[in-house]
Amino acid sequence: MNRARQSPLNTLAAHAALITWTAVALFPVTVIVVNSLKTRKAIFREPLALPSPESFSLIGYRTVMKQGDFLQYFQNSMIVTVASLALILLFGAMAAFALSEYRFRGNTLMGLYLALGIMIPIRIGTVAILELMVQTGLVNTLAALILVYTAQGLPLAVFILSEFMRQVSDDLKNAGRIDGLSEYTIFFKLVLPLVRPAMATVAVFNMIPIWNDLWFPLILAPGEATKTLTLGSQVFIGQFVTDWNAVLSALSLAILPVLALYVIFSRQLIRGITSGAVK
Amino acid sequence: MTALTLENITKSFGKTEVLKDISLDVEPGEFVVFVGPSGCGKSTLLRVIAGLEDASAGSIRIMGRDVTRVPPAKRGLAMVFQSYALYPHLDVAGNMSLGLKQAGEPADLIAERLAEAARMLALEPYLHRRPSELSGGQRQRVAIGRAVVRQPDLFLFDEPLSNLDAALRMATRVEIARLHRELGTAIIYVTHDQTEAMTLADRIVVLRDGRIEQVGRPMDLYNDPDNRFVAGFLGAPAMNFLPDPARPGLSLGIRPEYLRVAETGPITGEVAHVERLGSDTNLLVGAGEQMITLRLFGQHDFRLGAAITLDYDPARALHFDAEGHRIRP
Repeated sequence: MNRARQSPLNTLAAHAALITWTAVALFPVTVIVVNSLKTRKAIFREPLALPSPESFSLIGYRTVMKQGDFLQYFQNSMIVTVASLALILLFGAMAAFALSEYRFRGNTLMGLYLALGIMIPIRIGTVAILELMVQTGLVNTLAALILVYTAQGLPLAVFILSEFMRQVSDDLKNAGRIDGLSEYTIFFKLVLPLVRPAMATVAVFNMIPIWNDLWFPLILAPGEATKTLTLGSQVFIGQFVTDWNAVLSALSLAILPVLALYVIFSRQLIRGITSGAVK
Repeated sequence: MTALTLENITKSFGKTEVLKDISLDVEPGEFVVFVGPSGCGKSTLLRVIAGLEDASAGSIRIMGRDVTRVPPAKRGLAMVFQSYALYPHLDVAGNMSLGLKQAGEPADLIAERLAEAARMLALEPYLHRRPSELSGGQRQRVAIGRAVVRQPDLFLFDEPLSNLDAALRMATRVEIARLHRELGTAIIYVTHDQTEAMTLADRIVVLRDGRIEQVGRPMDLYNDPDNRFVAGFLGAPAMNFLPDPARPGLSLGIRPEYLRVAETGPITGEVAHVERLGSDTNLLVGAGEQMITLRLFGQHDFRLGAAITLDYDPARALHFDAEGHRIRP
């Protein structure tokens, strides 16, 4: 954009920094994927080598497919992540709309109260949450996980989305009111499409911790039928022996859905992140 | 029956009073312009009339019907916004017909009104375009069209020309005046631009700090203002205020076009700046501590720093007391 202001040296430095960061970020992922395609011996002999015809093996993937109900775990993870995201986005956006659009007593306090959740990690309440789930009979259900993740994601969602909703033109909402649109129509038809980049940002920021979480599945839903992918992969990690082929294969497979979701959201995400900086 | 009656409208946000006891009648077919500096409450007053804000006290009647507690869509009015506020997900036809659809009007009536408004505003070629594919002037015409199709009892315009460039502003101003003549519906128009106020209005309402300073026909306000604020607000360049030589403590107001360069006169100073506009020449004269603006018709040459003497017809001067109230002869 500002080609005139950029010296070649600056461009070089910027690219060097970006390439270094990309390499650092991609390194562990590459190691996992590469080693998942090798025999056990080859993994330990030369962890950084690419699979050669001798060392190539799909044994890990075969183990994963045979062992346990991997597809079931996959499905559980997917259900929990997608349902939590949907609820976070829906309720987060609605709360953000109320906070940014309506003047009422205690508006600021309510906003602060909701933002408090960003600072206090939800895991502090694990024992209380477990007791609650036991009493409500939700232990070993996916609903338990979905509820907890929704609670975990809402504070940041409300915080980010209310900032963005404040930027939506008042005139547009008022034009809708004069044309007789209900507040719900104004919210869903006029405001939501305009904050789509912010919604994508919130979705990605929430998606990855939920997908990767081990803590709550282990505590709230360790049953065979409700195991998530991360928890399911733990069967390959034993106290004495770890089936590295299987662990690495399971992790490689677990990356794929997140990658797919990220690709879906990424264009919107980049627009959301940069919308404050570039005008 | 009046198109609009405001009775003792008050509006507060928390402890700040934005509108203070405003009463006003607008006749059917009248073009009324609210004008005032920013923060004077003119936009808030318009939003109260539209029902987008609730009045803290007072009542509003539109065509004789009390609408103080009626939601905006049911007040029988239509509004045009400064930022156009077109629905980005609908095309031009969709934007213009949404209000009628929401009101449950039959499809053939909607189509008929849409066609008529599109013809009136020359929007036919664009009916199936999205707002993002239109220029600023076209968007504003769509916004006006969206108001026209509803055939309201009262139009509200909230600074509709502020986002347009100068040439387009003039053209749209003329178009709004023509539309008003064609439709014959009462219009309330908010602006901070006094040219728009002077050229469009049947009556101007000058607001300051949430109060009505004066209401009247444009030329009456220009020639016969009630106070120093109205006198200074209308007219460009603004009126000059000088200490009254005859009565200490009071002040004199003289419009720039009533001053003239003369051999002898009560004001002496030197030329500080010359603005040549082609048709007029504006002259800024430094007289002691004060800057005096002089407007001469045609083209004139002045040397910067040259001594100059100004004179005026005392009958053209307006007198104000220390509080800024007009002292009428």
